Amino acid sequence: MRRISALKIKEAVAALAGRANFFLRRDVLTALRKAYVAEKNKRVKKILKAILDNAAIARKEKLAICQDTGMPVVFAQIGQGVNIAGDLKAAINKGIEEGYKKFSLRDSIVSDPLSRGRSGFSPCVIHTDIVKGNKIKLTLLPKGFGCENKSQLKMFKPTATIAEIKKFIVEAVKNAGPDACPPYVVGVGIGATADYATVMAKKALLRKISGRSSRLEKDLLRQINKTRIGAMGLGGLHTALAVHIQTHPTHIAGLPVSVNISCHALRSASVVL
Amino acid sequence: MKRINTPLDLDKIKSLKAGEELLLSGTIYTARDQAHQRLVEAIKKGRCLPLELKNAVIYYCGPTQRPKGKAIGSCGPTTSSRMDAFTPLLLAKGLRAMIGKGSRGQEVRNAIKKHRGIYFLTYAGCGALLAGHVKKAQTVAYGDLGPEAILKLEVKDFPLIVAVDSKGRSIYAKD
Repeated sequence: MRRISALKIKEAVAALAGRANFFLRRDVLTALRKAYVAEKNKRVKKILKAILDNAAIARKEKLAICQDTGMPVVFAQIGQGVNIAGDLKAAINKGIEEGYKKFSLRDSIVSDPLSRGRSGFSPCVIHTDIVKGNKIKLTLLPKGFGCENKSQLKMFKPTATIAEIKKFIVEAVKNAGPDACPPYVVGVGIGATADYATVMAKKALLRKISGRSSRLEKDLLRQINKTRIGAMGLGGLHTALAVHIQTHPTHIAGLPVSVNISCHALRSASVVL
Repeated sequence: MKRINTPLDLDKIKSLKAGEELLLSGTIYTARDQAHQRLVEAIKKGRCLPLELKNAVIYYCGPTQRPKGKAIGSCGPTTSSRMDAFTPLLLAKGLRAMIGKGSRGQEVRNAIKKHRGIYFLTYAGCGALLAGHVKKAQTVAYGDLGPEAILKLEVKDFPLIVAVDSKGRSIYAKD
């Protein structure tokens, strides 16, 4: 067994808070730059320029890319050969708390969803996976709620057509419209159960944006960009930068489809211990 | 580009058209969900308000914590439509302008037209860039709400796009 202390995990999570919120992901930056170069609509081009300038200012001045530093979502892949000395969940939450405070991020978390009350930095949402090996991979996804509020889940019949599923996904983006900071990255989870489809849709946002997309993803991206919602809802070529789909085997009686949209400030950072 | 200064009396905004871009300087107030709920409750109960609504500009924003040596943290706009239910009453009480992101409902557009208000967009998801246009920030009410407190901001050349003008015309085609 390899021993990893909770203290080390806490410190790693605190550092991720700064990295994820100050430095826009390289793949996202590349996609935004491409969108800026390709854009023809003058006003929208100017908005895309502001988005790129914003990322540069955030990096230089150590300011959050977006004031909504999210509900922090931490994915912890824990090798089964690891022995954690201490309390894992407490360490992750403490790391979030310390990091968010140190880097002057936002205290957006209310302790009770109904009575609300004064907000704080934690707790975050933690997804743990037990995997092979003797390492821990920690990923922080600060998920802003402008886009999280546009999430959708639909339980299709197993006989549903691909066209019906595509329509649901495109409609979810239309429903988000100009509100959730397009151009979006659209995460989709297909299969498994209602809960797991939703986790897959969120995990799909962690995948790097690249030219390597499936036919279904390319087709959806084309359809979404045909809506001409565009940056700030003011038109142009880019309503989404990418569509990422994750699938999982499912039950003979169902076909869950979950959509998790990210704003253009798609932030995440990882570390391996 | 056109520049305007607060206070925004009717004369300054009545000729602005949906789609027009401009730069705003002067005093604006942040307020989002919880602050709106409290303001509307105070109005309904006849209590006095922590800010003068007449000709005021409200910015739908909850900034990050203030980093040392800076006037404010990252401070971009939040989704405006969440404030729709509270907006008509504030407009009726003198609120002139709102700054946010995204579209507004029909009722808000009607109220904007009726009370000769105006709704602006600013660069969404660009909180670090917009922080550079805020010269001063001071909590004026509801400090217990943390990031949702009402702050008085002094802004300089804050970039805006008119989204709903005082005649109720919208920048969004489907409105």
